[in-house]
Amino acid sequence: MTAPTITGVTPDAATQRDIYRRMALIKANDERARKVIRAGKLVLPYYSPRGQEVIPSALSVLLTNDDYICTIYRGIHDMLAKGVPLKDLWAELAGRVTGTCKGKGGPMHITHPKSGVMVTTGIVGSSMPIANGLAWASQIKGDGRVTVAYFGDGASNIGAFHESLNLAAVWKLPVVFVCQNNEWGEHTAYEKATSARQIADRAVGYAMPGARVDGNDPFAMYAAAKDAVDRARAGGGPTLIEAMTYRFHGHVLGDADAYMDKARKEAAVAADPVPRFRAHLIAEGIATEAELAEVEAAIEAELDEAVAHALASDYPTVEELARDVFAPEAVVGEAA
Amino acid sequence: MSDTSQITILQAINKALTDAMAEDDSVLVLGEEVADPEEGGIVGVTKGLSTRFGPHRVRSTPISEQAIIGAAIGASLAGFKPVAEIMLMNFTTVAMDMIVNHAAKLRFMSGGQTHVPIVIRTMTGAGFGTGGQHCDYLEAWFAHTAGIKVVAPSNAADAYGLMRSAIEDPDPVLFIENLPTYWTPSAAPQPGARVPLGKASVLSPGQDVTVIAYARMVQEAQAAVAVLKAGGISAELIDLRSVAPWDRRTVLESVARTGRALVVHEAVTPFGVGAEISAVIHEELFSRLKAPVKRLGGAFCPVPFSKPLETAFAPRATDIEAAVRSLLATA
Repeated sequence: MTAPTITGVTPDAATQRDIYRRMALIKANDERARKVIRAGKLVLPYYSPRGQEVIPSALSVLLTNDDYICTIYRGIHDMLAKGVPLKDLWAELAGRVTGTCKGKGGPMHITHPKSGVMVTTGIVGSSMPIANGLAWASQIKGDGRVTVAYFGDGASNIGAFHESLNLAAVWKLPVVFVCQNNEWGEHTAYEKATSARQIADRAVGYAMPGARVDGNDPFAMYAAAKDAVDRARAGGGPTLIEAMTYRFHGHVLGDADAYMDKARKEAAVAADPVPRFRAHLIAEGIATEAELAEVEAAIEAELDEAVAHALASDYPTVEELARDVFAPEAVVGEAA
Repeated sequence: MSDTSQITILQAINKALTDAMAEDDSVLVLGEEVADPEEGGIVGVTKGLSTRFGPHRVRSTPISEQAIIGAAIGASLAGFKPVAEIMLMNFTTVAMDMIVNHAAKLRFMSGGQTHVPIVIRTMTGAGFGTGGQHCDYLEAWFAHTAGIKVVAPSNAADAYGLMRSAIEDPDPVLFIENLPTYWTPSAAPQPGARVPLGKASVLSPGQDVTVIAYARMVQEAQAAVAVLKAGGISAELIDLRSVAPWDRRTVLESVARTGRALVVHEAVTPFGVGAEISAVIHEELFSRLKAPVKRLGGAFCPVPFSKPLETAFAPRATDIEAAVRSLLATA
């Protein structure tokens, strides 16, 4: 990993530390989630983002709370990088009333508008059409906000991807489409499902800039994200980023991942981007071992608190079944 | 009411959209061909809007139904009130994920943090020889989904008033327009008059039987009720106007009096809106019924092209009249 020399696109030292903090948080959160679930303390469908930490971390340092993201069921890293508070997040994972969505959405539907997480969808490809609408709103208001739509390589084969890229390009929307190409669409390898040599090539068909980057390299990812975010903010329209990465675990926790090539997986895990970036920061004198250890300890402490808070929180009462289906004032004509 | 105070349903919807956009900058319109360079919609329902309100607020889209509803949902999450046109109701099938999994569910799944105040306008209805993929009534699919409302007006005043209410409603509303009766004139709405969602309208009071209909079937039912009246049968006609939620109170009060009910819709009968209404009437009023509730709907087949078949597909006034007579013949 070498910092690119192009002036203006290398994150400064503070930004590099910020990127690392987000990556470390995602990694620690993932390890904690798998531990807590495996211990039987929580029951939930869990889609590990381990291995994909760099992508939203290097991108989110370019965003503010006012910028929007739409993400997918494997999106806990995107949410954490964007700033969803750990306690609220964990309470939602636990289905508790203190969760972001009062426990009614669950891990696949985390929503937290205060940090700009507007939609998390469990439907492959469906982050993109909605992201366009958020970006259309910003275009009308002229508020300078950027919307990021995260999705996986599998989603580039569903109709919503194509409809959305086309509309975003025709309307010149301030949106960044970020494909996290982890080489797997559920249990199916990229090359068995995707005709394109690379997903970035599909940008050409929609007359928008497209870039394939090493999504496990914080410098490459930051540079590509900055280019796309700056373009969107300046009114230059959408960008497709294909961020290459690798999913360390099976599709869902409990999946034996027998379909994944063992050697390929071992190589990916050996090149784990989190310790790699950590070592880089220390080697380059951007942070000391003690400073990073302190960051990591603080994350663990925050996780302890978040998990304890989640487990100690109440479940929603059954009255919640009837709430939030419609606005409370709008049940005209139902009562006989 | 003189002819000068009559307008068509098409004009009423155009006026409702115009008035809503003039009063509230957050109202947007999008869909295939909705802007004036594309002639303001295939039959001109949105004509004039883009010229008056500009291309930011009124946008023609690619033929991309998922992208259309997605854009409406996203803009609504950021504070706008988009009115999205899905040209024909059969094309909603292409956008079902956006409508059912997202528009209808985001309020609940977010624990009330977000909501989706969009209107989805769509036209449909047999009668123009468009065959099996352009004129279905699919309202039951949406009425079966928690989180979305469904309305289907039968006249200009209701079309105007329901559109104004639908745009102001904080949740998604599917607004079904009947294509063959777009140009039928009826009493003009009072400017600004809202029709509440979920409230039926009793078009003619009666004692012997209750006929419940909506959309174009109201016109067929009106003709049948007039013939029955001439024959000494007093039928109460309820225009449901809103399919979901539907006005249980008005329907049950009426059937409690008449003891007989017929539900009429253009959609096919099995598993339809009529089944739901019939079930509720039986559950609530079983001991007061003089006859089992009857349902009349479209034939259980795709809408056919050939004119005699298409004419026979949906219930007609004579079918409604016969159904009422058979209800009265039940001891």
